Amino acid sequence: MITLTHFLVVGACLFSIGLYAVLARRNAILVLVGIELMINAAIVNLVAFSRYDKAFYGGQVFALFAIVLAAAAVAVALAIILNVYKFYKSVNPEDIRNLKD
Amino acid sequence: METLVFYGFAAMAIGSAILLVSMRNIARALFLFFIVLFSVAGLYVFALADFIAITQLLIYVGGVLVLLLFAFMLSNKELLNQLQRGVSHFFAMPVWQALLIAVSFLAILIHTAIQVGADEPAWITASKTAGTTIQPGDNTVQHIGVQVMTQYLLPFEVVSILLMMALIGAAHLTRKEETP
Repeated sequence: MITLTHFLVVGACLFSIGLYAVLARRNAILVLVGIELMINAAIVNLVAFSRYDKAFYGGQVFALFAIVLAAAAVAVALAIILNVYKFYKSVNPEDIRNLKD
Repeated sequence: METLVFYGFAAMAIGSAILLVSMRNIARALFLFFIVLFSVAGLYVFALADFIAITQLLIYVGGVLVLLLFAFMLSNKELLNQLQRGVSHFFAMPVWQALLIAVSFLAILIHTAIQVGADEPAWITASKTAGTTIQPGDNTVQHIGVQVMTQYLLPFEVVSILLMMALIGAAHLTRKEETP
C-alpha cells in the first residue's frame, strides 16, 4: 500500500515542472503542455485522496470531469493558437501585443 | 515490490517532464509528453483508480496529444526559422527567475505534503479505522457509474453542456470567414 504522501510529492513535482514550462517557454504550444502537466498533477492528488472515500468516490468522479474539461480546453486553446498564428505568423506569446478590434 | 514499481513510474514521469521542459525540439518534447501521460496513468492504477487510468489513456494520449501534434505541425514555420537563425534569447523570462519561482513553489508544496502525511485529516483516519478505504478487488467502474448518475448528476450535466459549448466554439473559431 503506497502512502498518500508519495502521491502528493509526485504531484507537487509535476506541478512545479508545469509552472516552470508556463513561465519560461516561448512557444504557446509548450505553454499549453505546461498547463496540461499542472492539470495532471491536480488529478494525481484527486485520485490519491479518493482512495479513502469509498462512499461517494468524489475524487475519482471529479478526476473524470477534470480530464474532460482539460480536453475541451485544449481544443479551444489550439483553435485560438492557430488563429493567432494566422494573424501574427508567430506563436510566441511575447510577439502578441495588440487585440483585434 | 509494489513500492519499487511505483518509484519507477514516478521517476519516469518526473524525469521525462524535466526533459520535456528543457528540450528545444518541440516535436521531441511532445513525444516525451506521451511518456509522461503514460506513466501518470500508471500512477493512477497504483491509487486504485483503474477507470481514470483508462480514461487518461483514451482522452489524453488518443485525443489531446494528437491535437497538440496537429497544431505543432500547422504552426512550426516560425520555429524552424528561429532554429535556423539561432536566437540567443530563447526564454521569455530569464531562466533563473522561472526556476526560482518553480523551486520555491515546489518547496511549499512538499512542505504541505509532508505535513498532511504527518497529521492526516480526520476523515482519512476515520475511513482507515472503519476499514472503508477502496480495496484492490473492488469494482470501481460500477461504483463510479452509480455515483455519476445519482450523487453527481448535476455536475455531470453541467460538464456535458460545457463540452458542447467548447466544441461549438472551437469549430466556430477555426471556420473560414466568407467576407471580411
